[in-house]
Amino acid sequence: MPLPTGDIIGLLRDNLVIRKTVFPISKKNATGWASGLDIPVGGETVIYTGSMYQLLPYIIASVKSLELFEDTFFENFVFLARFFNRFINVSSFIAIPSGKDVREYSTIVRNIARLLINAGVKFGYFYEKELYSGTLAHDLGAEDTFREHARNVYAMLKKEGVKSIITVDPHTTNLMRSVYPVFIDDFDLEVKSYLEVLAEKDIEPEKQIGEDLIIHDSCMYARGERIIDEPRTLLSKAGYNLIELKDSREMTHCCGGPIESLFPSAANRIGAKRVEHLADGNASAVTMCPICLATLKKASEGKLRVEDISTLLARAYCGE
Amino acid sequence: MSKVNPEFLKKVKTSDEFNASACLNCGVCTAVCPADIELLPRKLFRYVLLGLDDKVREHQKEIFSCLLCRMCEENCTGDVHISENVLFLRQYFTKEVFKL
Repeated sequence: MPLPTGDIIGLLRDNLVIRKTVFPISKKNATGWASGLDIPVGGETVIYTGSMYQLLPYIIASVKSLELFEDTFFENFVFLARFFNRFINVSSFIAIPSGKDVREYSTIVRNIARLLINAGVKFGYFYEKELYSGTLAHDLGAEDTFREHARNVYAMLKKEGVKSIITVDPHTTNLMRSVYPVFIDDFDLEVKSYLEVLAEKDIEPEKQIGEDLIIHDSCMYARGERIIDEPRTLLSKAGYNLIELKDSREMTHCCGGPIESLFPSAANRIGAKRVEHLADGNASAVTMCPICLATLKKASEGKLRVEDISTLLARAYCGE
Repeated sequence: MSKVNPEFLKKVKTSDEFNASACLNCGVCTAVCPADIELLPRKLFRYVLLGLDDKVREHQKEIFSCLLCRMCEENCTGDVHISENVLFLRQYFTKEVFKL
């Protein structure tokens, strides 16, 4: 029997309503990436992380817990976890992230900010005030909760005088650029991915890297937002030799990650299938989405080196 | 035997989000699905268009197993907005079945 879909959606939805985030991330872990970068608070142009990368260590930990319950007698008790979670933050016991993962995913956001700073982009950040964008609530069908949350996020941004948003992951980009306008009347913010911003800036690398790379496009970037050439331009300019798979660009194959919270085994199977495509030769694989990164790393079981594009770009453009 | 649920049918007919009438039943969506969901979307969408809400409810797992990756949509010969249709069904489940 699969995990109880309604109870899991209910638990995540309750967290969003009560705690304004789907997983119990601490303020320190959500904002720690910005430490020492001297990013001003707010402004007309802001980086909006939606905590997607920062939440991944919590999602990895909670999926580990759910895998223990899946297809066992214990999955019948998820409803109890949901019941008590309204009063005590039960999800914080289910999702205890590893320090290594917290550091790794924070470093990715930090690298993105450093790339923007190096490119001369002026932007602010809302630190503790920044809210989760609502992706999971939207994708799982909790429409009313999502609508209210999206309106709160938008109201905060308008109140603070924001005109333009730089996003760091494909899901937040798609949600804020293409879904928010459907739910919010007169939505008028400009939303761009940092990859688009960097490509427009026509930045020059500090050094050339002559490594082979296999590109794994994100479904949301490639099919949702048509962000396909920007990552390739930035990587090629930095000297990476790009290897294109048959299933790439608009035809990219999903990593399986989007269904991990409800069907962990099925997600693993799809991830393993994608790793088979990518693990061809000695080249590393490059991802541009936190969910793809975590899912493919897990599915590769050490057979394939998978890296986020920001890590590779920082190596070339920030001279590491 | 399945029964048409008029309330469900009304929701489907008046929705801006659900639209599968352009589906040509060609099966490309099923062939390219990375999750190998055989039922989604064409067969399930037919149940929805007919208002067979009991049939739809039997397929909760398939509806929530969809990756929303849009591979089917990219290849759809009828230009059906498949992921929006799946989201409509998820919203229906969340409200009417899970009571959230």
